[in-house]
Amino acid sequence: MALKPKKTPMKEQDPKERVKNYDEVPEGYSDEDAVLEAERCLQCKHQPCVDGCPVSVPIPQFIQAVKDGDVVKANQIIKSKNNLPAVCGRVCPQEEQCEQLCVMGIKNEPVAIGRLERYVADYNMKRGTDKASKKEVEKDRIPELEGKKAAVIGAGPAGLTAAADLAKYGFNVTIFEALHDTGGVLRYGIPEFRLPKAIVDEEVEGIKDLGVNIQLNVVAGKTITIDELFADGYEAVFIGTGAGLPKFMNIPGENLNGVYSANEFLTRVNLMKAYKYPEYKTPVKVQNKVAVVGGGNVAMDAARTARRLGAEKVYIVYRRAEEQMPGRDEEIEHAKEEGVIFKLLNNPIAIHGKNGMVDKMECIQMELGEKDSSGRRRPIPVEDSNWMLDLDTVIIAIGQSPNPMLTKNTKDLETESWGGIITDENLKTSREGVYAGGDVVTGAATVIKAMGAGKKAAENIKEYLLNKNK
Amino acid sequence: MYEILKKEILAPTIKKIKVKAPLIARKTEPGNFIILRVDEKGERIPLTVADHDDETGEVTIIFQEVGYSTKLLGSLEKGDYIHDIVGPLGHHIDMEGYKKVVLLGGGSGTALLYPKVKGFYEMGAEVITITGARTKNLVILEEELNNYSDRFFITTDDGSYGHHGFVTDVLEDLLDKEDDIDLVVAIGPVPMMRAVADMTEEYDIETIVSLNSIMVDGTGMCGACRVTIGGETKFTCVDGPAFDGHKVDFEELMNRLSFYQDEEALAEETEEEVNE
Repeated sequence: MALKPKKTPMKEQDPKERVKNYDEVPEGYSDEDAVLEAERCLQCKHQPCVDGCPVSVPIPQFIQAVKDGDVVKANQIIKSKNNLPAVCGRVCPQEEQCEQLCVMGIKNEPVAIGRLERYVADYNMKRGTDKASKKEVEKDRIPELEGKKAAVIGAGPAGLTAAADLAKYGFNVTIFEALHDTGGVLRYGIPEFRLPKAIVDEEVEGIKDLGVNIQLNVVAGKTITIDELFADGYEAVFIGTGAGLPKFMNIPGENLNGVYSANEFLTRVNLMKAYKYPEYKTPVKVQNKVAVVGGGNVAMDAARTARRLGAEKVYIVYRRAEEQMPGRDEEIEHAKEEGVIFKLLNNPIAIHGKNGMVDKMECIQMELGEKDSSGRRRPIPVEDSNWMLDLDTVIIAIGQSPNPMLTKNTKDLETESWGGIITDENLKTSREGVYAGGDVVTGAATVIKAMGAGKKAAENIKEYLLNKNK
Repeated sequence: MYEILKKEILAPTIKKIKVKAPLIARKTEPGNFIILRVDEKGERIPLTVADHDDETGEVTIIFQEVGYSTKLLGSLEKGDYIHDIVGPLGHHIDMEGYKKVVLLGGGSGTALLYPKVKGFYEMGAEVITITGARTKNLVILEEELNNYSDRFFITTDDGSYGHHGFVTDVLEDLLDKEDDIDLVVAIGPVPMMRAVADMTEEYDIETIVSLNSIMVDGTGMCGACRVTIGGETKFTCVDGPAFDGHKVDFEELMNRLSFYQDEEALAEETEEEVNE
């Protein structure tokens, strides 16, 4: 049988329809689609795709199981390494990871590993076969660690992954989460149409089933401190508090009414469900003309959310060109399909108000100069090219940095000047027994990298306590 | 879930509740606040902790019913539960080293003033408290404030109780006569805090105000509560809520507080329709 050069397509909601709802955009593979796609996998002996996966999912093996029609087994294979497959199948940048290294991708399109992962996770979730079996859970158990207390700070991707693996080793794990719900960025940041919250709930339930205890509404550094955790009998702490501090541009007019950080805007809509206002009581104010400043996935999420809230004109204002946008191609494409207007090579220099509300944003055109330290061509302002964009809402999505609340209130925990926690290659911090990973160490990155860090930290915490108790 | 152990109506729209929240109680200091969510669909609302007891693990919150969420909170009774409470948040006020302090509370701001009055009194400072209300039946915490004050003044806008006029009238009188006041603390409606700050600036007296910005998470994550302090943007939730009153951009604060007026009205209307 001749190999199909292209990925088996995945059905998506029509853009004209989907801007009116919050339902998921890609609809997922059918059983037939999945088998067709699984057949494209060459089952390479050297498995380059696995090297591209931050949590080392045995990719060819799970794809083989799909091909064999054993989707339950496929799920067990994925879950042996990845505690959140339904999430990763949706939000991982596979094109830069596993799929980038796929041998099929050299001459053709790579195997749609992400779509297959999502298919497997959804298939099992729907049938209730996604929960790890008792035997599966207990196979990694280490008697010496049984019942030892470990604390995880933050219920985002890093924390959930670390907690799940620590529980599998036998630890008595408690996650402390500052917000009133779990998931971290999966809950407050990524919108429903890209990651349904019911999926996050399911994945978190799966982690609770491993014996992980989750305490909501506990702000580490305020409600409890790391010293108190150790005094309370915890023998190790993992910090996965993410990068939750919004950056602003520091330009005039940024505190006018109608200017949101992407964090605030998305938190209102996703965590607080402002899109169901007034049934849910948190409002969000989006009128007709919205500019989102930035070119990453968060900017795309904000722009597409603004369209769904009814804004007629939604602009992405980004200071570089399209090929330099950090957002995934798929997200940029989806935003365009949904009518988002791209104003590239433009940088905001002021926001002008009327009666205290946003009225216009003053932008200056940019051109690309020499390459800078990031390897991208540096944007340079074009003299006298200022122009005005009529607006009523501005959403700033130019990045986040780690929240200093915990680090500021923890003695002897060393941090970088930009707020990141300093760790060694084993994710060990300057405090004995304290490990950290994810965005709080690297700065804002991806869900899967945070999960990879959570996994690695759990393994090192295990080693640390095994050696300590020798 | 947090149980309401006690409820008291201090004035027609001002209520006091005691809840069991041991983790929060043992960490709270004057000036800290909490964020609560009455039910699953509720907003996260920031409220100052009026009092706390480390031993019993109880936290006291005094609030004024101003919109949908605070009215809903006010409708709860002893034995009912609040879905979420998180805290203590914000910086506490540094009380050391002051000899003579004037504390002014306006309206329900008086409730937020109370822990500071008590705190300064217990630190050994000479405490002069001025509380202002629109009319007599809105005067709250009279006895409690009096207990912890060396001198205590009440003002009402309509003259129905205490001094007829504003808290600033009494303050001006004090500032004119006494030159050893080393700190003024004002908590209340923005125009009142602004008037106090303007007045004390002329006398060059350190002044602390406590801001009630709109917040979502209260941990520095969203930036909804940003305020301009001495030309710099700060977050009320993590950098405040207390700031140097002479540096606050009150104009901007007033504007930002008005942003969701239409939506607040809509929430209340919708609720009325549901109840009809």
